[in-house]
Amino acid sequence: MTTNARTRTLIEESVLPPLVALVVALVAGDLLIMAYGQSPGVVWRTLLEGTWGNSYGFGQVLYKATTLTCTGLAVAVGLRAGLFNIGAEGQLAAGGFGAGLAGLLLPGGTPAVIAIPVCVFAAVAAGGAVGSVPGILRARFGAHEVIVTIMLNFIVLALLNYLVSAKLHVPETLHTPEIHAGAVPRLSAAFAAFHGSAANWTIVIVLLAAALLWWFLFRTRAGYELRAVGLQPAAAEYAGIRGGRVWFNALVTSGALAGLGGINFVLGYKHYYEDGFTGGAGFLGIAVALIGRNNPVGVVFAALFFATLSQGGLAINAMVPKQIVEVLQGIVIIAVAAAVPEVRRLLRQSVSKRKPA
Amino acid sequence: MSDTIALRLTAIDKRFGPVHANRGASLVVHAGEIHALVGENGAGKSTLMKILSGMMPVDSGTIEVGGRDVTGWTTADAIAAGVGMVHQHFMLVPTLTVAENVVLGREPVTGGRFDRARAEHDVKMLCEQSGLDVPPDRLVADLSVGEAQRVEILKLLYRGARTLLLDEPTAVLSPPEVAELWKVLRRLRDGGATVVLITHKLDEVMAVSENITVMRAGETVATMATRETSPEKIAKAMVGRDVDLAVRNDRPPATAAHGTAALEVRHLVVRGARIEKAVHDVSFSVAAGEILGIAGVEGNGQTELLEAIAGIRNVTSGTIVLGGQDITRRSVHTRGEAGLSHIPEDRHRRGLILDYSVAENLILGQQHRYTTSGLLDRDAIEQHARHCTIEYDIRPADPSLPARALSGGNQQKIVIAREMSRAFTVLLAAQPTRGVDVGAIEFIHAELRKARNNGKAVLLVSAELKEVLTLSDRIAVMYGGRLVAMFSRSEASEEVIGPFMTGAKRERVA
Amino acid sequence: MRKLSVFIGALLAVHVALLFVHPAGAAVPTVRDGLDIGVVFDLGGRGDKSFNDGAYIGAERAAKQLGARIRYVEPGEGSDREAGLRLLAAEGMKLVIGVGFIFTDDLTALAQEYPGVAFAGVDFAVTVGADGNPEPPPNNLAALKFREEQGSFLVGAIAALVGNSKKVGFVGGMDSPLIHKFEAGYRAGVKEVCPECEVLVQYAGVTPDAFRNPGRGKELALSQYQQGVNVIYHASGSTGLGVFEAARTMNKLAIGVDADQYHEAPGHVLTSMVKRVDNAVFDAILRVKEHRFAGGIYNFGLAEDGVGYVYDEHNRALIPDDVRARVEALKAEIIAGRIAVPSSR
Repeated sequence: MTTNARTRTLIEESVLPPLVALVVALVAGDLLIMAYGQSPGVVWRTLLEGTWGNSYGFGQVLYKATTLTCTGLAVAVGLRAGLFNIGAEGQLAAGGFGAGLAGLLLPGGTPAVIAIPVCVFAAVAAGGAVGSVPGILRARFGAHEVIVTIMLNFIVLALLNYLVSAKLHVPETLHTPEIHAGAVPRLSAAFAAFHGSAANWTIVIVLLAAALLWWFLFRTRAGYELRAVGLQPAAAEYAGIRGGRVWFNALVTSGALAGLGGINFVLGYKHYYEDGFTGGAGFLGIAVALIGRNNPVGVVFAALFFATLSQGGLAINAMVPKQIVEVLQGIVIIAVAAAVPEVRRLLRQSVSKRKPA
Repeated sequence: MSDTIALRLTAIDKRFGPVHANRGASLVVHAGEIHALVGENGAGKSTLMKILSGMMPVDSGTIEVGGRDVTGWTTADAIAAGVGMVHQHFMLVPTLTVAENVVLGREPVTGGRFDRARAEHDVKMLCEQSGLDVPPDRLVADLSVGEAQRVEILKLLYRGARTLLLDEPTAVLSPPEVAELWKVLRRLRDGGATVVLITHKLDEVMAVSENITVMRAGETVATMATRETSPEKIAKAMVGRDVDLAVRNDRPPATAAHGTAALEVRHLVVRGARIEKAVHDVSFSVAAGEILGIAGVEGNGQTELLEAIAGIRNVTSGTIVLGGQDITRRSVHTRGEAGLSHIPEDRHRRGLILDYSVAENLILGQQHRYTTSGLLDRDAIEQHARHCTIEYDIRPADPSLPARALSGGNQQKIVIAREMSRAFTVLLAAQPTRGVDVGAIEFIHAELRKARNNGKAVLLVSAELKEVLTLSDRIAVMYGGRLVAMFSRSEASEEVIGPFMTGAKRERVA
Repeated sequence: MRKLSVFIGALLAVHVALLFVHPAGAAVPTVRDGLDIGVVFDLGGRGDKSFNDGAYIGAERAAKQLGARIRYVEPGEGSDREAGLRLLAAEGMKLVIGVGFIFTDDLTALAQEYPGVAFAGVDFAVTVGADGNPEPPPNNLAALKFREEQGSFLVGAIAALVGNSKKVGFVGGMDSPLIHKFEAGYRAGVKEVCPECEVLVQYAGVTPDAFRNPGRGKELALSQYQQGVNVIYHASGSTGLGVFEAARTMNKLAIGVDADQYHEAPGHVLTSMVKRVDNAVFDAILRVKEHRFAGGIYNFGLAEDGVGYVYDEHNRALIPDDVRARVEALKAEIIAGRIAVPSSR
């Protein structure tokens, strides 16, 4: 096969499907906007101006993309191992709570070089701990991780809700007191143009995590084995790879990545844990992973895309209801699900390859 | 056979991404004939038939059925026009009866309800007319493979098919079942039906067909009348060069007698997916420098036996000893380190990771040898891949291609290359040439012999009796989970072994 | 691939064509010198039939009567609350309203950042300083608070007078200071007219889920009715739907909260303690229009028509005239300051 043909295949398989999804969503959006009696051109322009068109909007996009990158990576690493982690929402909340608790327990005035790593570690550990539950149940008993993670979402969110509202909250609010140490500065501290936006330096930590995950998946033996288990469990078994251990590790890693996302809000933005701060970012992570095609680089771009839609929805809220943006998100997800071969295969296989090793 | 043309495919072209499966293939089939479509795996036979049966669209070219241009039709159109396909993998509902499966989708209805009695009656009539013998009230789950295949044919006949496309129908059958199938097909042909038979077994082609079309690399390279040709000519057309089809009895100096037992299995019992004792008290040993062949119809415990030895299926009782070391409860990894190499029977499911590159597949199971402190050693992997693609003639010689993009024969060569290029003392070879073209079969057989001659112990399992007879120094027959007979090569022949394979004869071996 | 490219091309062409469509009446929002007001709801707040919808009604009334131009923002997630407020403030709105106590921190921060814009927070949570006194919000931020205890006091009196069984019930949502306000006012109202009456008090839980648990509400209400209670007042969000259900089953009475809840169980809703968020929002907009807006804490009680009870054609039959007269008298006493209603227990 010539290089030319290979490039063509690459384009056909990885660029075209998301492109189709995007164009379909655009046209569907046009029709929805017109149905609402507005001009598509004006609405789209407002959406772009409100996001990439000014530094405040762009900062908001970066802020939102930071959390979504984490949950997207979390879902992606699970899918690479053939596991569908629906629990990113709960893991994200647990990570945020872990970071917030660490920040509260540290004495005020702890130097940032100590406090930030401690709080980040607490977030990762809390998310990973939540991820270890489906990990153990899957590896030891073959319990279906979809069911376990869904149920765990309820358990974790209710537990955190109880802890915050009954024990830790500031009166008349649903959040904890401000953390004493571990706050990450906003980007606006260095670049005044970002003034007012929630974007903060945790984005660097998260991008680092994405790079690290790419390196892990494609350059290490453990990554090789993880992908093997995800693609063909029977072949992995033949190759002497212990599926149970890979599943456990993948789900813990997945939980830890989702948990890392919690630092964006807690350490970078509000400096406290607030009940319900996740706002569905964990579930949106599934869409981010699918559109990013389970590739860490793709996930970063997909997260930017969804963050743009989310922030843009706010910008055009004066002209059209925000539900239009939500419908658009839905259309993108459906179009991608229909167009991306991995997704189709995943949906087909998710039932058939569930034998415990 | 008449002069009426039943099917005419002209200049069919089909691509799957990088793979050009059909390149201007053409096929003419006369009404009332059995037409063999032969070619190596990956030659494009199945694709051509899937296009004909409406399962996939063509990129270009035309399809005519009974003189009518039907290009671009669907499976429903095809069935309505009497063209139906029997696939390699059966599409039956195991929990329904034969009659229910046959009528599924076209159930006879009386008063709005499914009329079971009429369905069973209709199917029974159909069985008698066609000579396909299956009890209509049995559950499909309880049928043998040969019977299940007959149900597939009945399904088509029930829908009024006059043109039957059969994709490798004999791959799963024992010799008596094959003979039975030929009878049925001839009877259908005599009744006016047209049959297109995909196969790569030349003796079958010679036995049953009237005309032959040979495919190679997506093109139809030759069409010949069966009585005017020979297996050698067909093979030459398939491969594009002369092929030595003779059975070579190049037995090495009696190493088997003197070799020490490299692999020993004692009183092995293994649980199957549905059967408690899929392997039932099996004992044997394989000596260094010997090929022990296990003959038998598929599904008689061979798969479970090999998986148990390889370490991917738990042993209920008994022991497995490899080079003096008891490995019964050891991990796959430990067994590999102890010198066990394994060519698994299903390369698509176990032997390869189809989305991994050729280079990545060439280290599957050996990945720990290509790792330094947790990191994959990319130089070593690439070097290994380059070495293997040359040494084992894997084509195209591009290790960065996904294994999926290669033909069946070349995929199998990846597995062979990987398992043969590592250090080992015992080789398990399960169906090593299944779905592989004639040229590659030759190559794989030579590799197995080479291993034996280099003092390796080889345990060969194959559904091809001829392959077992050609390669093995000793031959065991497996039936119903037990080893029912053991022969030296000089004693063995198809006639002697056949009855043991079908369970007609038993003789416990120690 | 060619087919796919054509498909993409065709869709793109359609898209580009549609970009130039300008339907008649398409709004191009610009901020002029008029009375531009921004309202940010809470996540999923619109359509709650409670204070979010109340804010909407008040703003719409202001649009009609005062000529205000209203921009609504519905946030999609947590950080959108601040973003929504900021967006509106940056566009030069005259007044930006955050609906719900959850906006408290964001409003405080933005009021400091945009001193030229007026802000208002419905149910704004005023922080209490070290000395025990409330800390005043910035002078361009109005904290719109409601004296729920006053309204609760009146419905307490109605419950005791109509129930006539020496026992009245109260079902709270989350056991928290906010709901204790309702309980304290209610209890005081009961004791005012019937000192020997017993008030059965139960809460559905200690987490915010206690506001979304109709099953638990029904359970609690049934047990109270069985103990001889004839009227139950609930302050428990949708948990109260269970209380109404129990009232219907037992053929007893219940009292609604926040909005008029008569239609949840017609014939069994004695009255409702209404919180007039619409009036508070309208009032804030009116002050801006009349250039007399000032920051600070605004308490909406009976005097300001910020809280009250429902008495209309639906429930007139349930409340005897003498009861009505007694309650109206109490209301006058409170407005006149002769009765002080406690706001904590």
